[in-house]
Amino acid sequence: MAKIICITCPKGCHLTVDEVTYEITGNNCPRGAVYGKNELTAPTRVITSTVAVSGGEICRCPVRTESPVPKGKMFDVMEAIHAVRIVSPVRIGDVVIENVCGTGVNVIATRNI
Amino acid sequence: MREVIVIGGGPAGLAAAISARDNGATDVLVIERDTCVGGILNQCIHNGFGLHRFKEELSGPEYASRFAENLDNIEVLTDTMVLEVTADRIVRAVSRDHGYMELQAKAIVLAMGCRERTRGAISIPGDRPAGVYTAGAAQRYLNIEGYMVGKNAVILGSGDIGLIMARRMTLEGAKVHACVELMPYSGGLTRNIVQCLNDFDIPLYLSHTITDIRGKNRVEGVTIAKVGPDRKPIAGTEFDIECDTVLLSVGLIPENELTRGAGIPIDRRTNGAYVYENMETLCEGIFACGNVVHVHDLVDYVSAESERAGKAAAIYASGNKASGRVIEVEAGNGVSYTVPQKIRPENCDKKVDMFFRVRNVYQNVRLVVRDGDRVVASFNREHCAPGEMEHIVVPVALMGNAEKLTVSVEEVK
Ligand SMILES: Cc1cc2nc3c(=O)[nH]c(=O)nc-3n(C[C@H](O)[C@H](O)[C@H](O)COP(=O)(O)OP(=O)(O)OC[C@H]3O[C@@H](n4cnc5c(N)ncnc54)[C@H](O)[C@@H]3O)c2cc1C
Ligand code: SF4
Repeated sequence: MAKIICITCPKGCHLTVDEVTYEITGNNCPRGAVYGKNELTAPTRVITSTVAVSGGEICRCPVRTESPVPKGKMFDVMEAIHAVRIVSPVRIGDVVIENVCGTGVNVIATRNI
Repeated sequence: MREVIVIGGGPAGLAAAISARDNGATDVLVIERDTCVGGILNQCIHNGFGLHRFKEELSGPEYASRFAENLDNIEVLTDTMVLEVTADRIVRAVSRDHGYMELQAKAIVLAMGCRERTRGAISIPGDRPAGVYTAGAAQRYLNIEGYMVGKNAVILGSGDIGLIMARRMTLEGAKVHACVELMPYSGGLTRNIVQCLNDFDIPLYLSHTITDIRGKNRVEGVTIAKVGPDRKPIAGTEFDIECDTVLLSVGLIPENELTRGAGIPIDRRTNGAYVYENMETLCEGIFACGNVVHVHDLVDYVSAESERAGKAAAIYASGNKASGRVIEVEAGNGVSYTVPQKIRPENCDKKVDMFFRVRNVYQNVRLVVRDGDRVVASFNREHCAPGEMEHIVVPVALMGNAEKLTVSVEEVK
């Protein structure tokens, strides 16, 4: 039995996951069951950072991965983000990097600049 | 004469202004001292905002934009600092473009947010080198200006901002050596301990503190010691960590200079104004919401609370005063404060939202609202902690003719 904390929402339910059957108790909602299984089999995280932007009123544009990426690729994704330079105007949701590090996930802007 | 003036353009101020407009106020003004609205959310680029409200995991700027793009028919003055508010609802402000202004409002909403506790406020001994920042200041440098504040950091305090910065700095290539917390439990959300510390193997030292900061020009290292139940360092438990940066995440203080200046009574426990069920302060026609009332960990709750304040301000501005008898709400065993502190049952829609924090970490307890010995309402909780604000909804019908309600943590029998 693995004891983990669901980080899907701020409730932070204390989950108990069976390592063989992936049966889960302690979750307050179905999303917890999905998280519990993923966390033991293929953990993922959303990455947020900033990229350099020129021509706007501020010089860093916040970005995030559109959906979670494999936890093991966090630092590769960061490196790809560091390499990017963009130019204003940028709108929320604009794709800054397509399919980052082959994860199938886009990196998008999260502020209008 | 303005109908509603909102002071502060953070998430609280924006939600209050939108709600005042949507509830019939035609002349709403938001005054913000920064160059743009959004408040602290502009520097909170991490995700995790809006899970309750939008059922999406947004970053801070995205969450703020959902409100900032809904400001039709609301006037916003940025780069404008409010200097004074009076009990008869005069607002004095100054800006480069408009100079000094004196505005009379029918209703005012205070939404000034809070600021961070600094090194001075907690008096850590040691040298005074460069490299000691509050976590929020470091967050602003990194996320908005693009400056890293250091390469080897120790974080004092396990508040959410410190935890979030531990992850941010690690991802940006710094080494975060430790997070040191005075209390035997963390001050932040459990999910942030997991995804910001555990994910990166950053040790969390509970019941420890920094007893010395060393360095001539720049921080060179810190001494950490275990503390006893009296929170005093225990001799002989000291150890050193070399680092160039110390981040302080030791709490937030509601920014209530304007509130005090208006003579509005402040609750010593929250450091914010006492409020009624509709977020009206004890000064008629002046409402307050968001972090200026009590420190929130979730912006979703800030928005909901602020909508109630904005609606109440619009109702007041239209000439309808709240009235009726008052029930006092007291923090009982295991509860450190409640918001609201006062309820006027005749002024409520069926239910009252109550927010509070517990004093300790508890497992399998009941949160009980009592009128004397009578149980008015009771809520089971598997887990509660001081770092996670509690929210309960109590039907007004159940309050009967109580004069005082007590909220406490009780064991499940
Ligand atoms: C670093 C950090 C991380 C957080 N992380 C999360 C998270 O992951 N998820 C989540 O849901 N919540 C999070 N929160 C909580 C949430 O962001 C806050 O509760 C929320 O921003 C509070 O909103 P507010 O409008 O009350 O205050 P603020 O956002 O501080 O806004 C107050 C505004 O008032 C203005 N102001 C103050 N005084 C004056 C004056 N005299 N004249 C004119 N303007 C004035 C200020 O400039 C500011 O813009 C976090 C908070 C912080 C600080
Ligand atoms: S199980 Fe559901 S309610 Fe509990 S933390 Fe996870 S997402 Fe939130």
